[in-house]
Amino acid sequence: MMIPDISTVLEVVLIAVKVVVVTMILFGLPLPLTWLERKVAGHIQVRLGPWRVGPHGLLQPFADMIKLLMKEDIVPDRADKFLFTIAPLLAMVPAFAVFVAIPFGENIMLPVINKEVSLYIADMNVGILYILAISGLGIYGIILGGWASNSKYSLIGGLRSSAQMISYEISISFAAIGVVMLSNSLSLVEIVKSQGGSLLHWNFFYLPVGPVWCAIFIIGSLAEINRIPFDLPEDEGTLGAGFHTEYSGMKFALFMLAEYVAMVSVSVLTVILFFGGWNSPLPVPLPIPPIFWFVAKVVFFIYFFMWVRFTLPRYRYDQLMTIGWKILIPVSLVTILITGFMRI
Amino acid sequence: MEQLFFYIFALVAVVSAVLVVSVRNAVHSAFYLIICLLQVAALFILLRSPFLAAVQVFIYVGAVMVLFLFAVMVLDIGKEKTKEFIHSQWLPAVGVIIALFVMIGYMIKRGKLSASLGIYNEAALAKNTEVIGKTLFTQYIFPFEVVSLLLLVALIGAIVLVMKDKGRARKNNGAGS
Amino acid sequence: MLLTYLPILIMIGVASAMAIGALVMSFIFQPRNPYASKNSPWECGMEPVGDANEGHVRIHFFIIAMLFVIFDVETLFLFPWAVLLTEKSLSTFIFVEMIIFIVVLAIGLVYAWVKGALEWV
Repeated sequence: MMIPDISTVLEVVLIAVKVVVVTMILFGLPLPLTWLERKVAGHIQVRLGPWRVGPHGLLQPFADMIKLLMKEDIVPDRADKFLFTIAPLLAMVPAFAVFVAIPFGENIMLPVINKEVSLYIADMNVGILYILAISGLGIYGIILGGWASNSKYSLIGGLRSSAQMISYEISISFAAIGVVMLSNSLSLVEIVKSQGGSLLHWNFFYLPVGPVWCAIFIIGSLAEINRIPFDLPEDEGTLGAGFHTEYSGMKFALFMLAEYVAMVSVSVLTVILFFGGWNSPLPVPLPIPPIFWFVAKVVFFIYFFMWVRFTLPRYRYDQLMTIGWKILIPVSLVTILITGFMRI
Repeated sequence: MEQLFFYIFALVAVVSAVLVVSVRNAVHSAFYLIICLLQVAALFILLRSPFLAAVQVFIYVGAVMVLFLFAVMVLDIGKEKTKEFIHSQWLPAVGVIIALFVMIGYMIKRGKLSASLGIYNEAALAKNTEVIGKTLFTQYIFPFEVVSLLLLVALIGAIVLVMKDKGRARKNNGAGS
Repeated sequence: MLLTYLPILIMIGVASAMAIGALVMSFIFQPRNPYASKNSPWECGMEPVGDANEGHVRIHFFIIAMLFVIFDVETLFLFPWAVLLTEKSLSTFIFVEMIIFIVVLAIGLVYAWVKGALEWV
């Protein structure tokens, strides 16, 4: 076995540090996001939202965290113990692994050690395909969790959820192909770089197909992360809580964590694929760091997804399947041909 | 270092593959098969072929295994004992496995199973997708178009088979979810 | 090149470690008071009847999964195609190629549509 040299070791250490930082941030993100989501819900429904715990209810997420930590973890008698325990991990880990390929900004100089560091963990040649493949794995947490609970509601919720996810995954793949056709690379760094310059170079403004791809991607993503108007798996009117009906305590929290991280990753991907990533919208150079634009756009889309959640009603399951198979896929096929025709 | 990773992935792949055929619950089998296929994807990366690794995860782990799980759930073989399907075939099976291992071992020893990178060096392979795309869409254009026909046939076949089944299932009990 | 893909392993490791840590924490702090009716599956307060996972599943889920596999393979072929699309020497040729490919699969989609495999009733 070969002993790796010192620069490789340093590089590996740097990668590990980045991974740990990103994971920590993602683990902490649901705290502000749950608060924000409740506040948004409150204000849309003309009420205050969380108010009691801390100023403006700011400490509410911490109270929730402590509550979830101290809750009894119930495993149903007839559940499949092994898969029941491992399913939350299967849902959570792929949602985190998506962030390996996501670029947050360009290279920056670290002031203290004077070393140039890239603001992404890895720039993969197959970046977007990797993200689609890995995020597709989240389905196993849902389907195996639903099956292992041995409860009718969980099973139906899990099956519905997974059928919904696979139906919309095709449209998401098509939308990703649309972006690849516009940017000619699978690497997310290259995709962002190809949208540099100004607002008009963003893929969204590649008229007339850009907005269509963006709409397909956002609709598909809403279904993929099981949010209203596509939150059929958690249709509390008919299914209890869907695939996590039987889950409680920390295991339930891990499912919620996966859901929030997936929401963040979808916002991030929308920004990267269609809205220029860290590029500034204006052609004139401004003294604003690129990471600011990136975060601002991502926050807007997170807010957008919450806004959608508390504005739209829920679809029926047959309508959901009709939208996925009879509208989105034919539209994608036609748009691919139009985009191809425009690009050659 | 790379060899160490290879042995880890290979070991996990083999262990999970053995578990696939030895556990009694079909859903557990599917779970171990997912793990096994993920290890194969990791091995593709070690072979400098990230595109194929992504394909492995995208198609085999992400799609085919969902189909497997749905089939297991629809057919209710989740609780069947695998033992019932093995009967008394284990003795010839073990014989065949040993013969296979001896053969593969011999081939590896003789160096017959190693492959070189061909005309591509590692730098060229960094642009994996382009390399594969170019070969696929120029040199292997005919097989590529045949694939589309094959997919069409598979789709029609699946629909013909399952839709017939669906009509019968509805006649029998009308149960659905 | 392998260093690009190492972080996936590290990320999977770190994320699982943190999740397991959270589970262990809750294992330490949680109260434990299981009894039969708490541990039975939730069925709106009724006594649960039979096992859930013994195959009362609609075959339609299976059809959807099959269609998904086929279309997934199709989208996969489009990725390298999309990367190569603007290469001058190839573009028109592979574009025509792909039109044929997409049309053949669109026939499949139309067939599934006509046969009612996409209906969910």
